[in-house]
Amino acid sequence: MSEATAVATAPVATDPSLPFSQEVPGAVIGEWAADSDKALFVAPDKLLPLLTHLRDREGYDFLSSVTCVDYSAYKGKARAGISERFDVVYHIYSTRQGGGPVRLHVRVPESETVPSATSVYPGANLQEREVWDLYGVKFEGHPNLRRVLTWEGFHGHPLRKDWKEAYFEEEAKPFKSRHPEGGYKWHEDKLPWGDNNTYPQNWDPDSWSEPVTYVPVSQAPSDHHAYGELDTQSIVVNLGPHHPSTHGVFRMLTRIEGETILALEPEMGYLHRNHEKIGERNAWLMNMPFTDRLDYINSMSNNLGYALAVEKLLGIEVPERAQYIRVIMAELTRVINHTWSIGFILNDLGALQTPALYAIEEREMILDLFEEISGARLMCNYMRFGGVVRDLTPGWEERAKYLVHDRLPRALDQLDDLLSGNEIVKARGRGVGYLSAQDLIALSVSGPMIRAAGLAYDIRKAEPYCIYDRFDFDIPTLPESDIYARYYIRLLEARESIKILKQALRDIPPGEVNAYASATLNQGFGTIMGGKGGYNFRPKEGEAYARIEAPKGELGYYVVSDNKANAYRYHVRSPSYINLNALGPMSVGYKVADAVVILGAIDIVLGEVDR
Amino acid sequence: MFGTGLLKGLGITLKHFTDTFTDDRQKVPSRYQDSIQLDKNRRIIEQPITQEGLLTIQYPEERRLLPERFRYIPMLIWDTEANEDRCTACGICAKVCPPQCIWIVRDKDENGKPVTRPAEFYIDVAVCMSCSFCTEFCPFDAIKMNHDYELAVYDRYPQLVYSKEELTVPLEYYAALWPTQFAAEQQKRKEEAEAERIRNEEKKRAAEEKARAKAAGEAAPAAAEGGAKPKRSAEELAAMKAAAAAKAAARKSGEEGGESAAVAEAAAEAMAAPAVSEADAKKARLEEMKRQAAEKAKARKESGA
Ligand code: SF4
Ligand code: SF4
Repeated sequence: MSEATAVATAPVATDPSLPFSQEVPGAVIGEWAADSDKALFVAPDKLLPLLTHLRDREGYDFLSSVTCVDYSAYKGKARAGISERFDVVYHIYSTRQGGGPVRLHVRVPESETVPSATSVYPGANLQEREVWDLYGVKFEGHPNLRRVLTWEGFHGHPLRKDWKEAYFEEEAKPFKSRHPEGGYKWHEDKLPWGDNNTYPQNWDPDSWSEPVTYVPVSQAPSDHHAYGELDTQSIVVNLGPHHPSTHGVFRMLTRIEGETILALEPEMGYLHRNHEKIGERNAWLMNMPFTDRLDYINSMSNNLGYALAVEKLLGIEVPERAQYIRVIMAELTRVINHTWSIGFILNDLGALQTPALYAIEEREMILDLFEEISGARLMCNYMRFGGVVRDLTPGWEERAKYLVHDRLPRALDQLDDLLSGNEIVKARGRGVGYLSAQDLIALSVSGPMIRAAGLAYDIRKAEPYCIYDRFDFDIPTLPESDIYARYYIRLLEARESIKILKQALRDIPPGEVNAYASATLNQGFGTIMGGKGGYNFRPKEGEAYARIEAPKGELGYYVVSDNKANAYRYHVRSPSYINLNALGPMSVGYKVADAVVILGAIDIVLGEVDR
Repeated sequence: MFGTGLLKGLGITLKHFTDTFTDDRQKVPSRYQDSIQLDKNRRIIEQPITQEGLLTIQYPEERRLLPERFRYIPMLIWDTEANEDRCTACGICAKVCPPQCIWIVRDKDENGKPVTRPAEFYIDVAVCMSCSFCTEFCPFDAIKMNHDYELAVYDRYPQLVYSKEELTVPLEYYAALWPTQFAAEQQKRKEEAEAERIRNEEKKRAAEEKARAKAAGEAAPAAAEGGAKPKRSAEELAAMKAAAAAKAAARKSGEEGGESAAVAEAAAEAMAAPAVSEADAKKARLEEMKRQAAEKAKARKESGA
């Protein structure tokens, strides 16, 4: 993987040496520094031909991330002379060749639109809606362009740099009011303009009603004559937002005909807290504990992804031992997640609570280990830029070895024995929720879901990060792409994780854990065990995208620095959110009760979906 | 075959059931053999990682033994040896705090000049996200993470905005909660003090040297410029080397955490009650915790009233 990219020079006039100038003339109008991932500036009107070419001729079949940057407050030098306010950024990978992305930037002024990529990559659907919602950039040709994380009565586009949140204090932390004159004031009393709430013009809460059309649902056939003489009508039913099997607050809007689903649309955002805006007010380090709160089952891998992204910007190396510790934590997390997910698939099948609690029993042991080294069971906040915050405690490795060699394999075998041959699991799981591998990839789905569809794509192998290339493990795949396969693939993956864990615990070297001392950070203060320095460093101007194979799929962090102590842009490409692209297509034709399990088998966490 | 799943499931339930009792039976006469009694019917139990069967703990009668690194909300350290707050109101913790929940008012002397002491120190613990950055970056070891997690009150404001008085704990309390880290810090402090002493001595010697050279220079003004200078700087070099070596040693022992034998020894020295058995140490920790919690609850109630 390449170094962090230096921010590009201004786009130059089309010249034949630019990539794809033969194939799609005039599409690429500029290029980034030579050492970067392929990062290209694209003319908006040529975007779709270029995407089509990339997909059909170059094998870039997986649109990983679509996001946007509002450059209106950019302080760096690289943007001098560029008037367009927004850059829409695409990262596209190839699941066949593996390796790094093609990164495309499309520059748009505030008033203009970008062609929607959904006709080429249907998976752009939710992400483009997110960009519209949070930035107000319109996508021409999007089938369902309405707000997704905030609601329709929301005023403004919150990730724009000039948008201020309720209780806004300052553009960037640390806030001046805290020291040295920081007498505590109750937030509600503190601000002259109260809670800083504004409403759209002419907005009246009493007369307002949702002006939305739920496109797939509203376009589904409403009359159906399936039963000959019986004249039936389909109806619209809301599953959620408060439903025990929706894993948090999440709504499935369905049009059903009897028990059969004709159309389904996911509705989310109930837990939205504008994580990315918080992240852009924060100093770089401050984001670390916030990432814990995304997918709160897997805080360790969230930490890891963010640390990798910022390390790319900073260009720092991680010492051997810390590399091993990181891998150990990431894989323990994967075991936690997969047993959890198996347990809750059963829950959704109707076996309420008891099996789930058995399945997550070993999780308690692993959390004990996490707590011992990091101080917390769920919100670990354990990784730092350049390493991890503290070394393992004495005896930790022995306890971990006991788990990995004895207890976890035993627990997984027990689950396998109990569930894999179970008639009910088979009857409910086999053939339900089918979607082909091609469809899944086109919908930007990642993680266990595509491996359960027979596609051996795993970032740990395709684009190895940390030290995953040193371990001997397989990517299990199953061909069926149904609920049962999605259950079973998680069991197989947990076994592979244990394989990695055994090797990592065997090979872990003694030595220094944190690279702060050798990093080019401002040397700050630090206690002996804490990380030294590095709470107010300034990464050089540039952008970086780091992705890891998180237990739920591809977790990516896209960060932009303008050489300030705060992140200029901080974006989380969350697997839970983007995997929901497939929920509708997967559920159509199955029963309502199946839709609940289909959702369960996608394995989402609403903290990460809604951010 | 139909029904096998049911039987297997019941088998697992039965196994858990018997495991639970086997586990208990090994501890006859009491399930609470290795636990620590807090008060009449509260105890701390430590669950070994090998425990089979039921993992549930009957909170609040039973509690888990928390690991040393457990972090909940911060506490301020009152240095009982120096009889002062360790905090110097430098504001670093308030700057690194991700949700910005630390509020510090720096104290002033009678002339209005700022002094290195906080007049007020608030943490809004309803906002604190237990990240422990304040602890990691405090250069004076003045703020540490408390293990007390029972903070429930009826109103968020003002009860959950902790003032300096509510946050402050004596050094011994910290030493009991975080024995390894405390020992390592003490060791580092000792080494720093030693390095400081050596530095001061060197300085004094150098000053004397200088005075002598000056005297010599007065005696032989022509020769002094060439002769005395290089000699003095060689000595200075040696002093600097010694200081650097001491510093490196301090850093090294710090990085090894509390795990080396030397540090552990220092720990025993540093603790008020040296070389107590582990169980006693635990007990002491918990006693202190209990006392602290009671005190705090009282203070909170008063402030809420
Ligand atoms: S607690 Fe530490 S970092 Fe915070 S103001 Fe006091 S001395 Fe500074
Ligand atoms: S633990 Fe974290 S959130 Fe809490 S006061 Fe300290 S720095 Fe702030």
